[in-house]
Amino acid sequence: MLEVKDMVVAYGRVNAVKGITFTVEKGQVVTLLGTNGAGKSTTLRAISGLLKLVSGSITFEGQRLDGVPAHKIVERGIAQSPEGRRLFRRMSVEDNLKLGAYSRKDPAGVRSDLARVYDLFPVLGERRHEAAGLFSGGEQQMLAIGRAMMSQPKLLMLDEPSMGLSPIMTQTIMRTIRTLQSEGVTILLVEQNASAALSLADRGYVLEVGHIMFSDTGRALLGDDRVKRAYLGAS
Amino acid sequence: MSDTTTSANRLARYQTSAHIAGVVAAVLGIVSVLLPWSYAHEPLDDVAYYGAPSPLQYNYLGLMVIVLVMFGAPLALRRKGKFRDRIAWNTGARFGGYAMLATALVAVAGIGIEAGGLVNVDPGGWIAVAAGVLATAAGLVLLPSAAPRTGTFRTPAWGQILAIAVGLAAVLFAAAYALGLTDSGAFLFYLTFALGLALTLVRVGLFGWLAQCAADNKKVLVFAAFLVAFLFPFTQNGSDANMSIATQVLFFSATALGLNIVVGMVGLLDLGYIAFLGAGAFTSASLSGSLFAHINWHPPFIVTVLISGVVSSLLGLLIGTPTLRVSGDYLAIVTLAFGEIFRITMNNLDGSDGPNITNGSNGINNVPELGLFGFNFGDPHVMLGVTIGRFANYFWLMLIVLALIMVVFVNLNRSRIGRGWVAIREDELAAEAMGVNTFGLKLLAFAGGAFLAGVAGSVKAHYDVSVTPDQYVFLESAFLLAAVVLGGMGTVMGVLVGATVLKLLPEKLRFFSDYRLMLFGLLLVFMMRFRPEGIIADERRQLEFHAEDEELAEEVEGELIAYHDHYNPDAAKTEELR
Repeated sequence: MLEVKDMVVAYGRVNAVKGITFTVEKGQVVTLLGTNGAGKSTTLRAISGLLKLVSGSITFEGQRLDGVPAHKIVERGIAQSPEGRRLFRRMSVEDNLKLGAYSRKDPAGVRSDLARVYDLFPVLGERRHEAAGLFSGGEQQMLAIGRAMMSQPKLLMLDEPSMGLSPIMTQTIMRTIRTLQSEGVTILLVEQNASAALSLADRGYVLEVGHIMFSDTGRALLGDDRVKRAYLGAS
Repeated sequence: MSDTTTSANRLARYQTSAHIAGVVAAVLGIVSVLLPWSYAHEPLDDVAYYGAPSPLQYNYLGLMVIVLVMFGAPLALRRKGKFRDRIAWNTGARFGGYAMLATALVAVAGIGIEAGGLVNVDPGGWIAVAAGVLATAAGLVLLPSAAPRTGTFRTPAWGQILAIAVGLAAVLFAAAYALGLTDSGAFLFYLTFALGLALTLVRVGLFGWLAQCAADNKKVLVFAAFLVAFLFPFTQNGSDANMSIATQVLFFSATALGLNIVVGMVGLLDLGYIAFLGAGAFTSASLSGSLFAHINWHPPFIVTVLISGVVSSLLGLLIGTPTLRVSGDYLAIVTLAFGEIFRITMNNLDGSDGPNITNGSNGINNVPELGLFGFNFGDPHVMLGVTIGRFANYFWLMLIVLALIMVVFVNLNRSRIGRGWVAIREDELAAEAMGVNTFGLKLLAFAGGAFLAGVAGSVKAHYDVSVTPDQYVFLESAFLLAAVVLGGMGTVMGVLVGATVLKLLPEKLRFFSDYRLMLFGLLLVFMMRFRPEGIIADERRQLEFHAEDEELAEEVEGELIAYHDHYNPDAAKTEELR
């Protein structure tokens, strides 16, 4: 479904992603692992069109994505819940969600998806007219995921959804991802919490300073010694 | 904490005495208006006579009556009840005391300056100051009341509409009266009085109740407000001086509202907005059939308006296309430069080097009066026994233009485009990630704002009679921006208030015209310190500027998580792996 080939992305003259290649199949959960500065968020930003490629290509459902402006990419069916959530803090929950559906032109469908998000996260429904900035970190993360879902994406990209959350909240978020997966949404997940991400993922790629070091199925990586040492904190 | 509690306990014993002292002060104030305040007759439109208040002093008398009620009501309402508990009598009384002192001091200072020395102040003036001091002291002894809950009073619909009508009539009367004052000292006195009175009524909770009435009857309020504005020329009885000021306020407001789309809603800092007004004015003047114009085509005004708007928005596109792709600071610099380039270009299009379009610094003079549907805006006519002059004609036209701009603004605010704009203001990158075409929407706002300015400018050319480059200088852009920031970014009401204040004050307070930039600077600094969201705040903005509590809560939450992770690292991991 998504094919990234030899992608190089740079901030100014510094290459943050130095030629990576990976694929995401329809219905899969794929996770990118790596330490800070490995280039995970950069990869997501490049896919959603917020950053330009230096070289390489991105193909989504057989069509080239590189060079397409960001708002057109959302229309093609890729949504991103960006790093640090980046909610519109002064806007209400409902306005945030409506902004997630900005590219859609079917009011009835948007209404039913609003109901679906409130169903998935009841706390958002109960306080739908309150400003997003007033919610707790976990609730804000729910809103960020819900907002990304509102565009009815074929591919949902989540950047560190468990960042700054309590273990219980992390579990809730991971359960949500599993629910979305079972509904057939393809998910590209970037996580620091490797164990949680790998236990969900069909496939995982390990990035280090802009390169993909190795990849395998989620289960295999969970048992991999190198992964254990570097990301799971086991000896 | 304990300090304030003990001092509160100490003060609690003197509450009744303070209320009585306040009543005495108010009575003293009433006595003072029966005595002359000044020996000379010139200051403050003559406050030198015995036995009866001067017209200006009647305002002060009204303030006294209100202060009397504030201090007296808690004495009269001994039993518990909604009138005693929901109204913030004590806070109102305290601010009433401040208002008394401030007006009395302004009066004495005004008399001293205008008549040459404080010897000219008669006993009445000193009694007013003494009453003010006493009332302020009594107010400071009072324990502040809880926040007023007057919004919870249940009022029948007719009562609410009556309240709106009385409120608006008071505004109309106050505005007409203020415009009628020619003496600077008297105007300053009246301004202090009006501000003090408004503050007192806000604090006591009257505005909370009025706001509730207004919220329940929004359509009535909007309609009534326009009716009041429409009736304004009838209160002036053909006085051109005041109508001219009022019309200028409307021009300024309409332009500021256009700028408010760009700055307030989308958050683009435009420092050269006046150039779009100028472009509209020059276009309109060139097509007007003035003898000094160099274009020999005189379309009807309806067409001219549209052409002016289009010319301005094309300029907006020209400036916006290259600059809106980059971050905000560049836009500020480029628009600042654009404003200057516009002025200098208009100065140089005098035919000595290139085409002659504007006659250089002389500009295009003798722009004929506006004609619309066979009606000449320069002709005075009599309506209901009142002469409606040229300025009143333009006033009504601008009122219609302003109403149209307001309708556009409010509808945009609620629309999908408006939501996209606010999202760009809040977080441009996140908006882009949500599929908002940020560049396109910014360009639309920029060009749309320019269009509105062009429309306003095309009317202004006829109103001003002559259009010269030096009417459209950077200072005017700065004032427009100040009106938006002062009034409240992103709101309609706020910008109207800001524009009115910034345009009206310099017209009326001629004596401080040398210092007006300094005073506006000070005003802005104080606003940014004490009320950064502007006089009338956008709900979202208010959150933005008073978010300390919110951030604190987040910090605590973060620490709790860190603490939890630190002490239960294994618990967390095992739970997830399970």
